[in-house]
Amino acid sequence: MSDPLTPVLTKRWLSPNSWRLSTYEQLEGYTALRKALRGTPEQLVQLMKDSGLRGRGGAGFPAGVKWSFMPPNEDKPHYLVINADEGEPGTCKDIPLMMADPHSLIEGCIIASYAMRSHHCFIYVRGEALHPYRRLNAAVREAYRAGYLGSDILGSGFDLDITVHAGAGAYICGEETALLDSLEGRRGQPRLKPPFPAAAGLYAAPTTVNNVETIASVPYVVNGGADWFRKMGREKSPGPKIYSISGHVERPGQYEAPLGTTLRELLDLCGGMKDGIPLKFWTPGGSSTPMFTAEHLDIPLDFEGAAEAGSMLGTTAVQVFNETVSVPWAVMKWTKFYERESCGKCTPCREGTYWLAQILERMVAGRGTAEDIDTLLDVCDNILGRSFCALGDGAVSPITSGIKYFRDEFLALCESNKRELVGAQA
Amino acid sequence: MTTQPTTQVFDADTVAKAQELMARYPQSRSALLPMLHLVQSVQGFVSQEGIAFCAGQLGLTEAEVSAVATFYTMYKRRPCGEHLVSVCTNTLCAALGGDEIYRRLQEHLGEDGAPLGHEDTAGTPGEPGSITLEHAECLAACDLAPVLQVNYEYFDKQSPESAVELVDALRRGEKPQPSRGAPLGDFKSAELQLAGFFPEDEQTFRSQVDGPSQAPETLMGARIAANRGWTAPAMSDAPLPEVEKK
Repeated sequence: MSDPLTPVLTKRWLSPNSWRLSTYEQLEGYTALRKALRGTPEQLVQLMKDSGLRGRGGAGFPAGVKWSFMPPNEDKPHYLVINADEGEPGTCKDIPLMMADPHSLIEGCIIASYAMRSHHCFIYVRGEALHPYRRLNAAVREAYRAGYLGSDILGSGFDLDITVHAGAGAYICGEETALLDSLEGRRGQPRLKPPFPAAAGLYAAPTTVNNVETIASVPYVVNGGADWFRKMGREKSPGPKIYSISGHVERPGQYEAPLGTTLRELLDLCGGMKDGIPLKFWTPGGSSTPMFTAEHLDIPLDFEGAAEAGSMLGTTAVQVFNETVSVPWAVMKWTKFYERESCGKCTPCREGTYWLAQILERMVAGRGTAEDIDTLLDVCDNILGRSFCALGDGAVSPITSGIKYFRDEFLALCESNKRELVGAQA
Repeated sequence: MTTQPTTQVFDADTVAKAQELMARYPQSRSALLPMLHLVQSVQGFVSQEGIAFCAGQLGLTEAEVSAVATFYTMYKRRPCGEHLVSVCTNTLCAALGGDEIYRRLQEHLGEDGAPLGHEDTAGTPGEPGSITLEHAECLAACDLAPVLQVNYEYFDKQSPESAVELVDALRRGEKPQPSRGAPLGDFKSAELQLAGFFPEDEQTFRSQVDGPSQAPETLMGARIAANRGWTAPAMSDAPLPEVEKK
């Protein structure tokens, strides 16, 4: 059994000036790179498969398997693209990571690029994340000067350039193919899959898109090995994970714990509910993951546990709301977010989120009608699985789960136009 | 490449920077997003001249550039103030006071009893002390809610009162230090950095890079673990797995 908290990615954050190369090198930085460069790309892909590391951006796809989709030849240039477009409501792990320890991401990028025979890596950082973008640029500059980037890295014969790229404010660019379109200088709209990026990604060349936390984990997996990594977490969801706890708790913050930790355990760590006001609802991994309630305190928060309980692990962005917050109000706020961020490419999402937001706003304003709940669920049904990408699926999650667990609150808005909303908007 | 009469707005230095951006990418069009940030660093918004400038540099039509510029919320189509204040009003921040902060700033910065609208500017755009206000989506600092940004630098754990004090200081020409981020500049200087251009002078750059980044919340888990002696399992030097040669 591992300890309740297992700082791996977050451990170095405690050191003064943790973002500088000198600090990083004093704390085992770039030792995994030396080890990786002595091995072959095939060995590194196998190591990632053995470790069971699953993508930390929300989908949980096994990283080693994703890497193995890259063609073994180099008929076209290969690209590694880091998705640092953190924007899923509630999610706040990659931004502190890039600020506190940018070199762990860069070292991971170099190892992953070597494993996938890529010589140009792009880090697509959300535009609003200026300080992380600045820190990454400074770290890349340091890494070039120290010979970790550029040509013939550490005498290995391997060449790599990293370009840090700022986005411009569009949640949809966190979707990997929309991100690639955006990186090509276009509107960030998702592409039809297949072809998948490993076949035709950036500039129609073989591309892998990985999340920041995934790639920052790579140096530790290389140094510690697959068995070490699997000592944390659960069989199908191994490793440590940064749980970002926000909302009505005593000590919100970043808690790196083994995958499979429960909310009850996390609440213990963060001092319980703020001012003792009871828990009402929470998201396991951002607003696109169906909400949970106080009945779900003991669900193991890993990919299987969250899915078996009817939600998704997502980004482990644990947003905690107490009894003072109205569920229809919270759902209305999230729905307006999806409406604004819908890219407009497909009709179910573009039109559906618009109408959902209209209905919810009207309900919350006290003008609900008896048909509203049915209409909401009907529109959701026409979006889920019918929209072009996962944004549409995510948009219906708060609504369907909110109605599932708190139907009475929605009904109250329909039946009694005068009944006042309890809640945070007051 | 089309030629546009944009040289009077965008000088030789800006042209050189645009060229440098194009050289950073295997295909020049990838430079469009940074180039639009560059345009904003000059004019404080993406003007029609800015669209024409990017189109001219990249060999695109103005329609193609406009399509991109209008897609992304960070590209402003009207001149911005010296500072851009972005208040997170997504659900979690809103529940913790973000909606109230935004409402108070709208009223406080509005004139003649009319609240300031989304992306409206208090004062004359570009002049010292002018402020453009916007509501923003989740700014990825939820453990520090409610948050706002000034020129994309973080001001954490705000209240309506602290936010009003902050904008008053900005209007007086002061530059309060962000909770996390570099010493405060203005909207245009932030946009220049987002285009990928940082101070040449190493010391100035370093002082910005070293601006604070870690709130107590950021380090909460790591600190509790350190205090209680909790660690990840110890590593032993494991060799890379053997694989068959292909």
